[in-house]
Amino acid sequence: MAEVTSTGGTAGPAPEQGDKPIGRRAVLGILGLGGLGIAFGEHVQNGISDLLKPLRGTGLAGLVPGGGNFTLYTVTNGFPSPPPTYKLTVNGMVERPLQLSVRDLEALPATRLTHDFQCVTGWVVDDVHWTGVRLTELAKSAGAHPSATVFHFSSFDGVYTETLTADQADQSGAIVAYSMLGGPVSKGHGGPVRLYVPGMFGYKSIKWLSTITLTSVVEEGYWEQNGYPVDAWANGHGPSAA
Amino acid sequence: MASPTTHRSVVPLPEQERPGLLNRFDRVERAVHWTNAVLFAVLVVTGAALYFAPLTAIVGRRELVERTHLYAGLALPVPLILALSGSWGQALRRDIRRFNRWSRDDRRWLRAVIRPAADRRQVFARVRVGKFNAGQKANAAFTAGAGLVMLASGAILRWYRPFPLSVRAGATFVHNWLALGFVIVVLGHVLMALADRQALKSMLFGRISRAWARHHAPAWLDELSEEERAPAEQTGR
Repeated sequence: MAEVTSTGGTAGPAPEQGDKPIGRRAVLGILGLGGLGIAFGEHVQNGISDLLKPLRGTGLAGLVPGGGNFTLYTVTNGFPSPPPTYKLTVNGMVERPLQLSVRDLEALPATRLTHDFQCVTGWVVDDVHWTGVRLTELAKSAGAHPSATVFHFSSFDGVYTETLTADQADQSGAIVAYSMLGGPVSKGHGGPVRLYVPGMFGYKSIKWLSTITLTSVVEEGYWEQNGYPVDAWANGHGPSAA
Repeated sequence: MASPTTHRSVVPLPEQERPGLLNRFDRVERAVHWTNAVLFAVLVVTGAALYFAPLTAIVGRRELVERTHLYAGLALPVPLILALSGSWGQALRRDIRRFNRWSRDDRRWLRAVIRPAADRRQVFARVRVGKFNAGQKANAAFTAGAGLVMLASGAILRWYRPFPLSVRAGATFVHNWLALGFVIVVLGHVLMALADRQALKSMLFGRISRAWARHHAPAWLDELSEEERAPAEQTGR
């Protein structure tokens, strides 16, 4: 940097024989490494995550990046608390609107999944255990109208909304989850009940789920209004074309 | 083992070496340093609140934390750019040139760091270090390079839409790990400063004793011309 600007008269560091611009080389080297890291870091991080797998849950792994950490997002301030008598509402174009407590959900046929959670910003947590009720099963038991081709979701935080077509729900095998990571869904992860859409970016898996409305029109959810794609397959095309 | 000269002891001064204080950092340099320090602290605190789930749960207010982190990060290069954009940045520019150039002695000094303590002391006593030693030069280079990488990877995370998922994952990887490294390096910097109160005070008030310079930066002392020497002042430090 600025090797040419010599200020007249004042004694600067006199360049001596053997002086090398190592500072600049070091800076450029770090920039190069940073660029390589951005380009190929995904593979390195995957390797590190695999190495850390045996340590998962020991608290040690939680201290370093890739040790199975979620980054917890909220769209409001803090994690919202569920109403004292939590009920999941299923309504809209259905024969029998439902009001289901967590216990009611647990009594329905359960689906267990082990699947990664991929955030749209790049981080991923592998092999997360999920338990819940298939969305298509819920629609069936509510007696969904044949023309009800869209699910609309809202959260009891009052802001977060999401949307999923019946086709996407079917292809992904999306579940209404009441268990995650081997226990009830925690407050930070969107408990007591959240959505999980395998194969789609995490923002689709709405947290603090309170209402599922069956409609026939796709209405953009919270993140989609903020510019994310409605069609959120992480691989770009969904499982059918894989 | 007989150690060579212990520089801490008071040695009789040659005629021309009046006791007095030298200007080590000028107002602009100190302002940049402390603005950076505050911004860095904000970045660490907000970054931790965004990253560690238990902290996220306690702090909440993600939107506010996120925005604070973003603006602090974008603001980080601003003091340096402002300082370098005018004649007031003369001292800073000169120090940056000093950071850039590594003398033979600097390289010897750095190689000695990994040697056993006795060897190291011997090398340190022999080499003539300038205003900054090789450790400080390495720290400066790391801070500049890693700061830019953090800025770039952070910008990708914030404005990720044009980037493919693998690049976002790579940016996440770089940003997370380098943040960890950065915190460790800065922690080391802070500990070293706390271990050398004179050096710390010179970053606060600008001046440092000639005795300190003779011990830590002999080549710098040689380099200073008469008119640059700070007038002896009893009020300093």
